[in-house]
Amino acid sequence: MMNEFSYLYLIPLIPLLTFIFLGFTAKKIKEPISGYIGTASLLSIFILSLYTAYKYFFVVGLVDGKYQSIKIMLKENWIHFSDKLGIDIGLLVDPISVMMLVVVTTISLMVHIYSLGYMHDDTGYSRFYAYLSLFTFSMLGLVLSSNLFMIYIFWELVGVSSFLLIGFYFEKPSAVAASKKAFIVTRFADMFFLIGILMVGYFAHTFDFETLNSPSTYETIQNWIANHQIASFMGISVFTWALIFIYIGGMGKSAMFPLHIWLPDAMEGPTPVSALIHAATMVVAGVFLVARLYPLYFHVEDGFALRIVAVVGAFSALFAAIIALTQEDIKRVLAFSTMSQIGYMMMALGVSGFNGHEGLGYMAGMFHLFTHAMFKALLFLTAGAIIHAVHSNYMKDMGGLNKYMPVSSLVFLIAALAISGIPPFAGFFSKDEILTAAFEYNIFIWLVGFLVAGLTAFYMFRLYFRIFFNKQPDYGDHKPHEAPYTMLFALIFLGLMTMIAGFIPFSELVSADRMPFHSHIEWTDPLVIASILMAASGIGVAYLMYYKETSYPEKVATAMGKGYKWAKNKFYIDELYIFITHKIIFEHVSKPIAWFDRNVIDGFMNLLGLTVEKLAERIKIIQTGRMQDYAMYFVSGVIAIVMLIIYFN
Amino acid sequence: MDILTLFVVVPVITVLIMVLFTKDLKQARMVTLVGMLVQLLMSINLIVKYMEARGSGNHAIMLFEKNIPWFTEFNANYHIGVDGVSVLMILLTTLIVIAGTFVSWKIEYLPKEFFISLIVLATGVYGFFISLDLFTMFVFYEIAVIPMYLLIGIWGSGPREYAAMKLTLMLMGASALLLVALLGIYFTSASGGQSPTFDVLELANRHMDVQWQKIFYPLAFIGFGTIGALFPFHTWSPDGHASAPTAVSMLHAGVLMKLGGYGIFRFAMFLMPEGALFWQDFFLILAVTGVTYGALSAIQQTDLKYINAYSSVSHLGLVLFALLMINKTAWNGAMLQSLSHGFITALFFALIGMIYGRTHVRDITKMQGMMRIVPFLSVAYVIAALANLGLPGFSGFVAEMNIFVGGFLNNDLYKQILTGLAVTSIVVTAVYMLRLTGRMIFGPTTKIYTNLPKAYWYEKTAIALLVLFITLIGTIPFWWLQFIQDSVNNFIQPLIK
Repeated sequence: MMNEFSYLYLIPLIPLLTFIFLGFTAKKIKEPISGYIGTASLLSIFILSLYTAYKYFFVVGLVDGKYQSIKIMLKENWIHFSDKLGIDIGLLVDPISVMMLVVVTTISLMVHIYSLGYMHDDTGYSRFYAYLSLFTFSMLGLVLSSNLFMIYIFWELVGVSSFLLIGFYFEKPSAVAASKKAFIVTRFADMFFLIGILMVGYFAHTFDFETLNSPSTYETIQNWIANHQIASFMGISVFTWALIFIYIGGMGKSAMFPLHIWLPDAMEGPTPVSALIHAATMVVAGVFLVARLYPLYFHVEDGFALRIVAVVGAFSALFAAIIALTQEDIKRVLAFSTMSQIGYMMMALGVSGFNGHEGLGYMAGMFHLFTHAMFKALLFLTAGAIIHAVHSNYMKDMGGLNKYMPVSSLVFLIAALAISGIPPFAGFFSKDEILTAAFEYNIFIWLVGFLVAGLTAFYMFRLYFRIFFNKQPDYGDHKPHEAPYTMLFALIFLGLMTMIAGFIPFSELVSADRMPFHSHIEWTDPLVIASILMAASGIGVAYLMYYKETSYPEKVATAMGKGYKWAKNKFYIDELYIFITHKIIFEHVSKPIAWFDRNVIDGFMNLLGLTVEKLAERIKIIQTGRMQDYAMYFVSGVIAIVMLIIYFN
Repeated sequence: MDILTLFVVVPVITVLIMVLFTKDLKQARMVTLVGMLVQLLMSINLIVKYMEARGSGNHAIMLFEKNIPWFTEFNANYHIGVDGVSVLMILLTTLIVIAGTFVSWKIEYLPKEFFISLIVLATGVYGFFISLDLFTMFVFYEIAVIPMYLLIGIWGSGPREYAAMKLTLMLMGASALLLVALLGIYFTSASGGQSPTFDVLELANRHMDVQWQKIFYPLAFIGFGTIGALFPFHTWSPDGHASAPTAVSMLHAGVLMKLGGYGIFRFAMFLMPEGALFWQDFFLILAVTGVTYGALSAIQQTDLKYINAYSSVSHLGLVLFALLMINKTAWNGAMLQSLSHGFITALFFALIGMIYGRTHVRDITKMQGMMRIVPFLSVAYVIAALANLGLPGFSGFVAEMNIFVGGFLNNDLYKQILTGLAVTSIVVTAVYMLRLTGRMIFGPTTKIYTNLPKAYWYEKTAIALLVLFITLIGTIPFWWLQFIQDSVNNFIQPLIK
């Protein structure tokens, strides 16, 4: 059993070696060799991942009605903390890690292929592929981690890969600023994550996921909480606080309100990077983290922390969807859309139960993660093709592209239908199950989700119509043209995935208790009909407003007044952060400290020096200039002090 | 001759050869390099011998002990010996001096004297790390500190005399406190008809009177702490580093500042455990203040060396913080952090020197887009910055995690909250490190510095050496921890009875 998957260490190792190789040879190996090397390495682990998924789900399959959780230990006690605690380096194979393997390698492979065309003639071509390999390594390490501390290690590594890739065009000040912002905001969240980990280590005496998620552990914790009412803060036990802190780490990576501010700026990175990191894989790490510790979240204190997950998720979904309505930069629309959809996934986890069909929310959240990765990567990659063609991110510079870029237009339509939740495209199935789970949990949460579904359909088709139809700007001599075949291949592949992914019987594979259950869409269910109608009306309104150039958008914006302005300015959250960091922390904490250090503390030392100097003027008499005398004064003085202390004590 | 004494003798021979035979820069640097490579071989040999001894079941506290009477009238002996921590510290010293030699490859002004001072300094440090006698230790300590005055005063830049004076006076002041404490330990050890002794292992058995411990411990702590950048006795460090020549900054921040934490670990806490516990909470506040205060001050600095100096206050504050936590995990972290900071900060100072040598500017607001101009140095700077902010894979991460976990494992809410405060430094460090790289390394290239020379081979060697060890600690921490744990387990015993 143990050895069947022991080859799995190759999956993160191959991209790591590729990174090291490309990193050292970035200057010598030129385009397109480095791209081919990177792509070939990804292809090999893509095949390995598919093989692993096949083997895990169908060859090993169910044992006693349950999918197995298999741990492969690579290095025990990589760091030894104490007798009970340490960081082990191990790989954990269970339904969600296998699913993530497939997601990460699929999207990464597509991005590698796409970039062969997209990054053509870029001076940083080899560096780009090196970074992509670094990211892929880190992300695969993250999803395969067998314990909390190991996931934190890879958590930081994906953070730094993201930093390097956002700041890929390092000569552009906005890219540098964006990369810095992304790193610092997520680091701030990671600080809470780390404190959460320390608390878990202290209270649960283990970092290991299998142990943490086992019934005996959470029962012990439950008993401990019951017996230690005093160990609580604001009425919530310390262990729940630990889970909340860990979740804050997840909020940072997954751009949940109020830690989302880095994600829109992260669009400064090359578009394939946005597709890979900031749409499909890294940003869902927070969702993955909650899913990874789901039994713990669900059982500790009746899932109090999970309620927070649900509320934060639902709020972020709505908040981001509203902002997405007003943005003009297509990548930013997609960024807010990503934030909104991740909110959806969080919400799904938050509303879920645990056993069998009650765990629908968990399954739906994971399913949505899977389908979203496909169609959102597709949207970003298509956006990249469009930006490539018109050399602008702004919708005002686009329009009427349908006739110039028919393939892009078609795949964009597929993806837009999928994210809007129109059957039979992938997004419909997962979204519908989330809404069903939310409805069973709480009517308000459902209502938020339902509203977001409508908004999503609207802003996606606003985008679609304005890019591909609407008024055509003057393109001049440089007529937009369809993307090269490498890019189209990735688009078409992901388009196909978006069409078929919804039919995967997900509940048979991934569930909270690792036991398959049966779920199917009840087409006559009023909830299903309502959500399809909601999506359709969103599309309909977008059609009326944007298919041709009309005066409706302006009228609506004017009618909304302040509300529109606030949404367009992202509710001024960035300004609030700048106020707190620059005005308060830098100006009123850091600056006074630096001044205090130079003037008060150091000033005191200088004063001391000066006083001694003045004093020395007076007692020059004993300055004989002979080293021995000084040494004697020094030593006898010291001895005298010691004697005095001893005598008087 | 025993393998430990050689560590003191070989540098002296190197100095002699240099005094007698070398004439110019080329010869001086060659002699230094050869001498240091011999030291490196000796360090590696020491590690191998050490592992063999431990592997064959030798569990003595100290290995390769030698005890030669020195000043018999007051019972001061040349007593030496090493354990895991000292072995690693010796390796650190050797590597930093080698890197420093490469960095000073083209030093023009009085090269011979420069290298001699450097080696003398290293000799003091080696002696300090092998001493098991308070008197011997103090002698070596002073040998290490005094050349600093010359090195800064003669080869320094800027207000070098002021800086050298300030550094020396503050460290001397601290030495005086330390000496008071050492003599206190010595005189109070005479109880029960025994003659007073300086011998560390002997003193540990005699168990100093608790009342005396409470009086002398803070003196020893501040005495050692000052060189370890203990808040508020750290202000010599920014000015001192700013004026010091590159190799001296490297050696000083990389090795000399480690003597503080090492001394507290090896002597102060070991000999005065009750005193340490008595003063623990008070000094913890100073240490945590240093950690956060240093980091916050660094945000405001624009001079590369000042940024690094304050960063050191913060990171060495963590060493003191970890030592004061008094548990094994935190102590492992303290020792790892000493090593880690040694390599990282040496790398920083080396790079600062190389960049300053080209641009003649250390102000980050006056440089921009260095990545295109000096790519090798810039990439190395980014690596150093990432290592400094605790990125996994580099040494800072494993050290800090030991410290934080250790701090948090204390069954005491006060210490857990202080650990939480110390954890905030990981965010602030990210802020000032990325601010620095964002301003200086990235961004559009300026016209002023377009034709700067790329990194030379000797510069690349120094950088590669340091980066290699930063990565080795970060990726195989268990190898380094086996040395540290063995030492920590013995030295923490008196404190956790």
